[in-house]
Amino acid sequence: MAELLSAEEIIELKGQIAAVHEPRELIIEVLQAVQKSHGWVPDAGVKLAAELLGLSPLQVDEVATFYDKIYRSPVGRKVIHVCDSICCWTRGTELVYRHLQQVLGIVPGETTSDGCFTLLPTCCLGACDKSPAMRIGDRLYGELTVERVNTILADERQETEA
Amino acid sequence: MSQLLFKNRRPNHTVLLDEYRQNGGYQGLEKALRELQPAQIRDEVKASGLRGRGGAGFSTGLKWSFFPFDAPGDKYLVCNGDEMEPGTFKDRALLEADPHQLVEGMVLSAYALNITTGYIFLRYAYDQCYANLQRAIAEAKQAGLLGRNILGSDFSFELHVHRSAGRYICGEETALLNGLEGKRPNPRSKPPFPAIKGLFAKPTVLNNIETLANIPHIVNGGAQWFSDLALTEEGAGTKLYGLAGHLNNRGCVELPMGVTIGELVEEHGGGVWQGRKFKACLPGGASTPYLTAAHLDVAMDYVPLEAVKTRLGTGGLVVFDDQTCMVAATLNLMRFFARESCGWCTPCRDGLPMVCWVLEKIESGQGTVDDVAMLRELLGHINGRSFCALALGAMGPVDGLLRLFEEEVLDHVKKGRCPLPRNSSLKES
Repeated sequence: MAELLSAEEIIELKGQIAAVHEPRELIIEVLQAVQKSHGWVPDAGVKLAAELLGLSPLQVDEVATFYDKIYRSPVGRKVIHVCDSICCWTRGTELVYRHLQQVLGIVPGETTSDGCFTLLPTCCLGACDKSPAMRIGDRLYGELTVERVNTILADERQETEA
Repeated sequence: MSQLLFKNRRPNHTVLLDEYRQNGGYQGLEKALRELQPAQIRDEVKASGLRGRGGAGFSTGLKWSFFPFDAPGDKYLVCNGDEMEPGTFKDRALLEADPHQLVEGMVLSAYALNITTGYIFLRYAYDQCYANLQRAIAEAKQAGLLGRNILGSDFSFELHVHRSAGRYICGEETALLNGLEGKRPNPRSKPPFPAIKGLFAKPTVLNNIETLANIPHIVNGGAQWFSDLALTEEGAGTKLYGLAGHLNNRGCVELPMGVTIGELVEEHGGGVWQGRKFKACLPGGASTPYLTAAHLDVAMDYVPLEAVKTRLGTGGLVVFDDQTCMVAATLNLMRFFARESCGWCTPCRDGLPMVCWVLEKIESGQGTVDDVAMLRELLGHINGRSFCALALGAMGPVDGLLRLFEEEVLDHVKKGRCPLPRNSSLKES
C-alpha cells in the first residue's frame, strides 16, 4: 500500500493535534486527511490515526464507522450522495435516484466498473429549497432533473479523466 | 416589517466585517463590555422571552439560569450548528448571508455566562458556511473583537469550529458533545445535564445558531422591544422560516414570530404548486406532527402549535399537495429516522424499522386492520421509552398520520392498494 499520508501531512496534523484540548478532538480531521489522500480509510488508516491521536484502533474505528461521510470500504473516485429525505422526495428524488442507477448500471452501495462513481443515499443535505439535491464529492447540485443529471455526470466523469 | 437576522442579506452576498460594523454590528458587544454587567445581559435575555430555535424551544434565559457561571475552572459555550432536520436550512441561510452575527452572539453570550472557550459544531455539508465562519473569526480576531482582552477589556474568549461528518443524531446535545470530544456520538444519560457536566465533563451551555444570533439584537434593542416583535401575545422576536415541499416559491424568510401558516404558504411560498390544493404540512421539520388545511389560521409560534398537538420545531415548513399519499410521506420520514437512529437503544433501533415495515405493508396494499392497530401500539411502545428524543420525534409523523389521516390509512386496507392517483414523477412505485 502506498504511503497514506506524506511526512509533511503528518507534521501538519501533529501540529494541529498539539494545539487542541484533547488529541481525539481531531479524529475526524485525521480520518478525512487519510480519506483525501487514499480515497477511503483502510485498516492501516485507522491504525495510523490511532497512533497520531494516542488512541487504540478500536477507539478510532468506532468513530470511523459511525459517520456516513467517512468511507471504511473502497469507493470510486467520486461518491454520489443522493438526498432521499422528505423535501427531495416531494420534488421527485426517486425518479432521479432510479435514473442514476440505470445510467450508471449499479445499485446503491456499488461502484461503476470503471471505478469512477459510487452511488449512495444520504439524509438531508440542507438544500431543501433547491430539492431534489445531491452531492458529488464536495459539490452540491440542486433542482435536479433527469436531463440535468446526465449533464452533471458527463462533466464529473470528464473531470476524473482529465 | 422588522428584519434582524436577515437585515443585511442580499442574494449571493456574504457580509464581511466592515459592512457588518457599518450596519450596527458589534455595537451590542461594545455596549456590553463598556457598561453592562454579565448579570444584566442574562436578565435581559430571560425577560426577552427568547426560546431555543433549534427544535426543542426551551427558554434560553431559563437554560442559562441553570448554568453555574461562577464555578471555577473551564466552562464551555457550544453552538449547535448540526442542522440536519429535513426541511431545515435556516442556519445555512443565516451563515451564508451574515456570519458575524453568530460570532458576536457567541462573544456576548460567553461574556454573560463567564465562559472563555467556545465551539461551533457545524454540519458537514455546509462548506460555504464553514468558509464564512473561518473568515469571520479571523476578521474578528484581527479587529480585537475575539481572542485576548476583547476591545481592551479584561474579557477573553476563543472560538473553534468543528466540522461533523454526517449523522442526524449529532444534533442531540449530548451526542453532539461526544462527537465534539472525538468519541462515537451516541447520546449520554441525563442527568447530569450539560450545564453541570458537559464538554470534557465541564459545565457547558448549548444553543442553536439562530438563538445565539439573536443575542446581539436583544442587547441592542432591549427585552421589551424584542418581545414586541412577535405577533402573538406569548411569542417573542422574529423567526427564520423555511419554505419547502410542494410550494411555488421555496426559500428561507425572516418574519415576526406568530405569522400564520396560511400567510407563509400563500404570500411567501407563492401558494401550492401546479395549481393544486394544500393537503398537509410538517410545520417545523421532519419530527413535527402534521397539520391539515383546517390549520392554516394557526400561528407559527410555540404555544399555538402545541395547542394543535404539534411543535414549531425548527420552523421549517414542508408542504404537501392534495395528490400526496400521507402513508407514503410518513414512510419516507420513517425510513430517514430508522436509518439515522444511532442504534444505542432498542425501542429506536428495532422499533423504527418495524414501523417502516408496517407502513410498507399498508402502502403496498397488503395491510390489514390489525396492522393499523399495530402501528398505534408501536406508537405507545416507542414514545417515552427511548434513550433520547430521536425516537420521540421520529414518531411525530406517525402520531399525526393516525390522528388526522386515519381514514386514508384505512382506505389503503379496504381497497388493497394506495387510493391516491399515481403521480409517476413524484411517487414511489
